[in-house]
Amino acid sequence: MVTLVKSEVRVPINSGADILTARLEGRQLASEAGFNNSDLTVIATAISEVARNIVQYARTGEIILGVVQDGNKRGLRVEARDDGPGIPNIELAMQDGYSTGGGLGLGLPGTRRLMDELQIDSKVGRGTTVVATKWIR
Amino acid sequence: MRVPILKQGGYLIASIQSALSDQDLLQLRDDLAEQAGRFRSRGIIIDVTVLDIMDSFACRTLRSIAHILRLRGAETAIVGIQPEVAFAMVQLGLALGEVQTALDLEEGLALLNQRTQLGNAGEK
Amino acid sequence: MEGRRMQRFDKLPGTVEVSAESTAALLRELVAHLRENRTQLREEWVRRIAESKLLAAMTREEIFAEATSVYDNYVAVLESGSVEALQAYARDLSERIIPRGVETHEVVGIVLLLRDVLARSLFKKYQSDFGLLNRVLDAYEPAANRIANTVAVSFVQERERIIRQQQEAIRELSTPVLQVRERLLILPIIGVIDPQRARQVTEQLLRGIRANRAKVVVIDITGVPSVDSTVANHLVQTVDASRLMGATVIVTGLSSEIAQTLVTIGVDLSKMKTVGDLQGGIEEAERLLGYKVMMEQTADKLP
Repeated sequence: MVTLVKSEVRVPINSGADILTARLEGRQLASEAGFNNSDLTVIATAISEVARNIVQYARTGEIILGVVQDGNKRGLRVEARDDGPGIPNIELAMQDGYSTGGGLGLGLPGTRRLMDELQIDSKVGRGTTVVATKWIR
Repeated sequence: MRVPILKQGGYLIASIQSALSDQDLLQLRDDLAEQAGRFRSRGIIIDVTVLDIMDSFACRTLRSIAHILRLRGAETAIVGIQPEVAFAMVQLGLALGEVQTALDLEEGLALLNQRTQLGNAGEK
Repeated sequence: MEGRRMQRFDKLPGTVEVSAESTAALLRELVAHLRENRTQLREEWVRRIAESKLLAAMTREEIFAEATSVYDNYVAVLESGSVEALQAYARDLSERIIPRGVETHEVVGIVLLLRDVLARSLFKKYQSDFGLLNRVLDAYEPAANRIANTVAVSFVQERERIIRQQQEAIRELSTPVLQVRERLLILPIIGVIDPQRARQVTEQLLRGIRANRAKVVVIDITGVPSVDSTVANHLVQTVDASRLMGATVIVTGLSSEIAQTLVTIGVDLSKMKTVGDLQGGIEEAERLLGYKVMMEQTADKLP
């Protein structure tokens, strides 16, 4: 059962400048949780991507960061929430093999490769919530 | 925060000093385009040693910088991508495509020397 | 005010309504008591620690110093109800005492001893009123148990973190990223590698490229029996990441079977320099390095 270890950090995303704030907060929190350097970069990159999606497609939203515990595992949970247009075809958005290259569209397959878990909840016209978790190995 | 650009002979060296906002990156693109044109530079080095991450925007912008500079007759080399950053980039699926990379400033200059001395080898 | 409270409780012997406010008030009262008697209770605790022969790795002065901090933190948590500060302190304490050889049972032991010392002190204070004593313990016990739990868990987590760090260091030592020539690294991969190890090997290679200023990397997969798409993707990622750092990668030991598998998976082999065997790969690498040196010399001659 996944539980939150301490109170979450919320970063409002209203502009490009907030992307930097979100990833610095994420890096800080992940560092406190005990992630190694390489994972800190991976997490910060993933946060940058999902925060960027908010800015690009929804204009405003929120990133919620939390340290979580599941039994012996400790990890970082990144939630990216917005009231934007929503993703019409989630399956299509998640399709992408590494060999065909990425960096286009929402970067969600790439973000899934960076993190250990990724869930998307999105309705056209209602908004999107992306939750990604990375565990300390 | 504006990225300082040094002129060294026929080359321009842009040394990124801290985490860059989107705005800073676009400003860098404009500054490099302007100066490369003004000084008729043959080669540009962008030193990203200090960058803590490279995301899709940074990647796209660097590629477009290289493209614009090539149109002005200059070769670009990105130097100093750190191990953790390179690793995260490939996991995310980012590629710099045709843009040359080198380990550090010294290697970057050596690379540009080769590419620019070879004349039309830079065209490929 | 105390008199009035006691009166209300006496009205309902046996059945007690415990409101949140009365629990809070009781906690405040016992926190005050624990603070007033700090010196004596702390000494009692240190005495019992010595008696139990726990923390044998530490000197009496050290135990006393830490005991003071733990005592104050303990009382602070009883007062505030928030364990965050305690967690931070416990992790900090653990970081300091783990290298000294202090073990989990010792840490749990001393916290439980403190819990007992404080509980006994409460028994003594409220012994004349059994009903009130029960209510005080109702307020104290959950908080005290939470504290013991928090300290124990923090200690264990810190221990696990240190063990992970040590394991990482051991893995680094046992991963062969070899420098055979200046600017040339060789990475022989042997056997079947799980994704976590594969990631760790790649990270080490990339750090090696930086540390050795490697211009060419030879990855030898002669010892890899088979590849699936995970391994293949991993190999491609390693090659691409090395190239981002300015290194040229040569893959050697690619059997025709593996080459076939890679093509079937969809890997673009033309992106990769491949050579039949390791020896050939090293020769190719030297050629590349020599070639570059020659080019630099020629370049120097031009105006």
